[in-house]
Amino acid sequence: MKARVTVTLKNGVLDPQGKAIEGALKSLAIDGVNSVRQGKVFDIDLAGSDRASAEAVLKQACEKLLANTVIENYRIEIA
Amino acid sequence: MKAAVLHFPGINRETDMARALHQASGVKPAMIWHSEHELPAGTDLVVVPGGFSYGDYLRCGAIAARANIMDAVRKHAASGGYVLGVCNGFQILCESGLLPGVLMRNENLKFVCRMQHLRVERNDTVFAGAYAKQQIIKVCIAHGEGNYVTDAPTLKAIEAEGRVAFRYCDESGAMSAASNPNGSAHDIAGVYSPKFNILGMMPHPENLIDPLVGGTDGRGLFDSLAGRFQTAA
Repeated sequence: MKARVTVTLKNGVLDPQGKAIEGALKSLAIDGVNSVRQGKVFDIDLAGSDRASAEAVLKQACEKLLANTVIENYRIEIA
Repeated sequence: MKAAVLHFPGINRETDMARALHQASGVKPAMIWHSEHELPAGTDLVVVPGGFSYGDYLRCGAIAARANIMDAVRKHAASGGYVLGVCNGFQILCESGLLPGVLMRNENLKFVCRMQHLRVERNDTVFAGAYAKQQIIKVCIAHGEGNYVTDAPTLKAIEAEGRVAFRYCDESGAMSAASNPNGSAHDIAGVYSPKFNILGMMPHPENLIDPLVGGTDGRGLFDSLAGRFQTAA
C-alpha cells in the first residue's frame, strides 16, 4: 500500500526558506505569487493492506519522527 | 565529576567537549556511542556535543533524538541528573522533548561562524555558578539553525520562571537586531528545563577554554559543573 505524508509549517511560524524561494520567484519575473511556504513530502510504501492499521502506523510515524508538532502540521493520504 | 559525552554519527565537537570537561574536573569523561542503552553507573552529567548528527537530515537533531541512548538520558534527567546540550546537542535535546521549543533555520538563512557576546542571565544554577550575574562573556557560535522558536505560552513561561540561561548581546551587554545572530526569540542563546537540571545552548563554551585560541570565557561553565560535583563527592 502506498501512502504520502505531507509536513508543513504551522501558520505563523517564520519560514526563511519559503521567503527566499518567494524572492527568487520574484527575481525570475514569475508574477502573481503572493507567498511561498516550504514543506516536506514523504512517499511511503507500507506492508499489509488494511487501511485502518496503515493510518495508525503513519500517525505514529508522524507524531514520533516525521513531524515536529511544535512547529509543523502533517497530512496523511493513503492511495 | 563523572561526565558522559554522547557520540552520534556526524557529531564533531565531542573531543573539544571532552577536553573542556577534563580540564575543569581533572577527570576524563566517558564517551558513549548512541546505540548503547545505559549510561555508566554514577554519571553526574550527560553532555550532548555539537556537530551535524545524521547530516542534519529530516530536521537538525531529529534522528539522534530517537537513538537508544536518549531513553537512558531521559531517565537520568527525570531522576534529577544533569544534562548539557551544546549546538547540535541543544537541537537534539529540543527534539527529544527534554527542552521546549525548536531551533529553526537562521532568520537570514546564513550559517554564522563568529565570536559572539552573551549575557549570563543568572548564576544561581549548577551550570553558571562560576560567572557573575549579568556577566558579559565572549564565546563563539557556529550554526545554521539556531533561531529559537516556541509557542507564545511556552515563551512566556520560560521568561516568567527565569529559565533563559544566556542571551545574545553586544560587548556592552546591549541587545538589538544587530547583536542577535539568528533571529532567536527574546535573544535567547540558551535555556534551562523547569528544574534547572538541563541546559541547552547554541554557543560553544568548550571552544573558549584556552588563551591560545582566543579566550577563556567558556571555562566558567565547566568550572561551575566541576565545582558542584567535587563538593558533592
